[in-house]
Amino acid sequence: MTLAAAPAQLNAPSIAYHALWPIFIVLGVACVGVLIEAFVPRAERYATQLGLSIAGLVAAFIAVILLRGTSLTTVAGALAIDGTGLFLQGSILVMAILAVLLIGERSLERSPIVAQAAVVVGSSRDRELARTGRIQTEVFPLAMFAVGGMLIFPVSNNLLLMFVALEVLSLPLYLMAGMARHRRLLSQEAAMKYFLLGAFASAFFLYGIALLYGYANSVDLSAILAAASTSNKPDALLYLGLALLVVGLFFKASVAPFHTWTPDVYEGSPTAVTAFMASCTKVAAFGAIIRVLYVGFASTKWDWRPIIWAVAITSMVVGAVFALTQTNIKRILAYSSIAHAGFILVGIVAVTRDAIASTLFYLVTYGLATIAAFGLVTLVRDANGEAVQLSQWAGLGRKGPVVAPLMTILLLSMAGIPLTAGFIGKFYVFRAAYQDAAPLVVIALLSSAVAAFFYLRIIVLMFFAEPPENGPTITIPSPLTTIALTLAAAVTIWLGLFPQPILDLANNAAHLQTVLPG
Amino acid sequence: MHSFALVGLLLVPLVGSLIVFGLPKRDTTLIKWFTLAVTLIDVVYVIVLGATFDTGAGAARFQFVGSWTWIEAFGVDISFGVDGIAMVLVAMAVVLVPAVVLASWNSFDTQSDAEELNEKPRSVRTYFGLVLLLEFFMIGVFISTDVFLFYVFFEAMLVPMYFIIGSFGGPRRQYAAMKFFLYSLVGGLLMLAAVIGVYVTSGTGTFSFSALIGHVPSGATQKWLFLGFFIAFAIKAPLVPFHTWLPDAGAEAPIGGAVLLVGVLDKVGTFGFLRYCLPLFPEASRYFAPMVLILSVIGILYAGFLAIGQRDMKRLVAYTSVAHFGFIGIGIFAFTTQGGTGAVLYMVNHAFSTGALFLVVGILITRGKSRLVADYGGAARVTPILGGLFLLAGLSALALPGMSTFVSEFLVLVGTFTRHKGLAILATTGIILAALYVLILYQRTMQGVVSEKVRKFKDINLREAFAVAPLIVLILFLGIYPKPVIDVINPAIRDTLANVGQVDPAPASGTAVGGQK
Repeated sequence: MTLAAAPAQLNAPSIAYHALWPIFIVLGVACVGVLIEAFVPRAERYATQLGLSIAGLVAAFIAVILLRGTSLTTVAGALAIDGTGLFLQGSILVMAILAVLLIGERSLERSPIVAQAAVVVGSSRDRELARTGRIQTEVFPLAMFAVGGMLIFPVSNNLLLMFVALEVLSLPLYLMAGMARHRRLLSQEAAMKYFLLGAFASAFFLYGIALLYGYANSVDLSAILAAASTSNKPDALLYLGLALLVVGLFFKASVAPFHTWTPDVYEGSPTAVTAFMASCTKVAAFGAIIRVLYVGFASTKWDWRPIIWAVAITSMVVGAVFALTQTNIKRILAYSSIAHAGFILVGIVAVTRDAIASTLFYLVTYGLATIAAFGLVTLVRDANGEAVQLSQWAGLGRKGPVVAPLMTILLLSMAGIPLTAGFIGKFYVFRAAYQDAAPLVVIALLSSAVAAFFYLRIIVLMFFAEPPENGPTITIPSPLTTIALTLAAAVTIWLGLFPQPILDLANNAAHLQTVLPG
Repeated sequence: MHSFALVGLLLVPLVGSLIVFGLPKRDTTLIKWFTLAVTLIDVVYVIVLGATFDTGAGAARFQFVGSWTWIEAFGVDISFGVDGIAMVLVAMAVVLVPAVVLASWNSFDTQSDAEELNEKPRSVRTYFGLVLLLEFFMIGVFISTDVFLFYVFFEAMLVPMYFIIGSFGGPRRQYAAMKFFLYSLVGGLLMLAAVIGVYVTSGTGTFSFSALIGHVPSGATQKWLFLGFFIAFAIKAPLVPFHTWLPDAGAEAPIGGAVLLVGVLDKVGTFGFLRYCLPLFPEASRYFAPMVLILSVIGILYAGFLAIGQRDMKRLVAYTSVAHFGFIGIGIFAFTTQGGTGAVLYMVNHAFSTGALFLVVGILITRGKSRLVADYGGAARVTPILGGLFLLAGLSALALPGMSTFVSEFLVLVGTFTRHKGLAILATTGIILAALYVLILYQRTMQGVVSEKVRKFKDINLREAFAVAPLIVLILFLGIYPKPVIDVINPAIRDTLANVGQVDPAPASGTAVGGQK
């Protein structure tokens, strides 16, 4: 990919098409979804789109399974289909299936998705549409495009491709954030905020690429790695480039101090979309962070590690402390996701095979618990839609036999209490980091104690407090949400008791394929 | 080779708990009898185990050993085994549970049965299910011989206790439950850091307790790792200054929960000192011993004084426990056979004596619907049997000769005296404080003018008698004939002290231990 290699005739790079099937399937389904919007009658769109999306995601997941053991770089080294990449793709696809099931839910008063996102909020047309069962079915192809971007994001060995993937995954998310059926203005504000800040972050990312290109004469991660030891350009270019690059990545992964959009966007977006963003985007973003740092900057790890230390501590502390003062359950979960981003970074500090494996495992446990938690939030409703105020959750334990105990298990998992998946994940991450960063592990554990406080606060409210007058009720969902919740919760419990299979999988997957330039 | 004996002991309450949660909610009678049956099965089970425990010379340190791979990637095994200390403590925990079940029999049925005023009836099924679940974790924590597994039980144990306090406790239960959980969790997380540290620095690639002994590098690393474990256990035990959660939790927990909390959960802390801190970190244990001893003695005196001043009976009993844990602390960190044996015996006796005291106080509270000492007076004249049991439980708490608590307190003080004369003398003054807080409590509630409210009290019924009596009998029996228990404990203490590299000072006569009472 270097400029020098541009002679008179252009050699098309060889492409290992079979390794890209998961990506092709998802993007293909997304394109078909757009066509469906144009040609299928409105009445049948919802069912067609939902069925097609799920089928596409399942097919892509099967393709990932068939590709297991693959380890190659293709498209002139721009894409690395390797263990880590496939593990991440598989995780993203599973979480996307669950999230799409939540998005497709229609029995909880019609749908979480608005009928016509473009209609002026509060206009008569808007009110009229709100009473119909219509839904903006474009949400499905948008989600598929986003998933497509997420699949490419963590397997890019080339920064420009990574940038394209970043945009492909971000743009649909900006739109999806604005599609909430209730609290339309909040939702649109969230979309706007996410878009503006996201655009900034993309600009940072792009600027970083430019500086790195100036340093290494290439946007290939392997070329940057090689240049770090041979280049005679000033190192400032390298470090500044890296810094700007990771700002863009940290933004997507909602790592503090680049997190400010997270609570607002998580709160304003339709909860099902929030579940999608909080799990899939995070997995993809951390996959990309691992790829950039471990492939492109492996030799300079002594230089960037202190920064990761600082960012990890900031993220854990900000997430844990700010969550304490929140009164909205979606915002609490948003801050919790910021704290978790910090915990994941603790694992990344180590730069070992164990570090990759533990991060992969943690992402799975975190992602599934998050989807399930947001899924449960959609079930607690009153006349105005979802009851997201913490006070409304008081006494929930007496209202139904499932929601409160299930939420408790998920919260305990996020808090890292033993016999849950979250504990195994935390243990694995901290063990990987201990050798190099024992003080960081202690700080991380103390922040998890703080974080435990706000998780417990929800449990206290649900079980130990009296329910308020006219409090919300627990709605019985359709099989879509039920399946998603059951799967996510079952895996969370199962991984806490018998983590060995997934640990093995993560451990075997923990390698990164690179090409040496030349 | 792999013995399933302990697995069976562990699974009985777990399976019982799952069944209880599956029983029909309304059929409280069935739930109660079933729970009682499950706990009694475990009592019989543990008696059989205890009878077959080999105390002869040359017996293995850990018996009934069984080990199965759990998480291969971490080197974690599900491995069980008991040494003398664990055997005795498991038996203690298992024996205490039926008493708790009996004592909580009607506590949550109707408003009139509740321990305090203005309490709504709560789910009987949840309560007894949680008690059985807690028993499962309590047994697990004592019989694990894998440090990771121990940690899992140690932390997971918090969850049922948290719900017992938070759902079934007194008016300030939310606060107390939260405080209890957070204190324990902070300690637990520091310990987790140390657990990881032990694993990484020892380089053994395993969490097996026996394999880790002697492999923790000495120097600063060991001291840090020791502190990680120590703080967790000191919060659990609780040692002053980490004790402030206990009076709140003890006061707000329902009586049954309070008995298990103080009787068993707190023992995990002192058990942890003996089982993990000393053998794994011998050098650090010796280094920090003076600090622990001083904290323990401060605890004995400080908590003793505070107990005298309490108006709330449950808080008072909780403070007496803090004082007692001071005695256990000096017994352990004196590094003598008598001290160590005395400390373990103290743990057992304390569970029975404080358990009994909590139970009689609880019975009194169900009658009077108030935890305040001032609301009672002259009760012994109206309810003579309750008064008598109250007195017996109180006397055991102040370690009257003839009670088992005297044997252990004596052993602890003798064991400490041979090494640290000044501290032993200071600790002895704690006995005077004990006499004060017990007798003042007895005098104010049981003697004097019979108050209007007390006049209507009914004396103890058969169910309550069955809850308290076995504990009193055990206290008296062990007071007269502690030898069987001491014989079980002694070899394990000697092994532990050998791990620390300590021998008894010259004037001590380890062989005489246990033969004199």
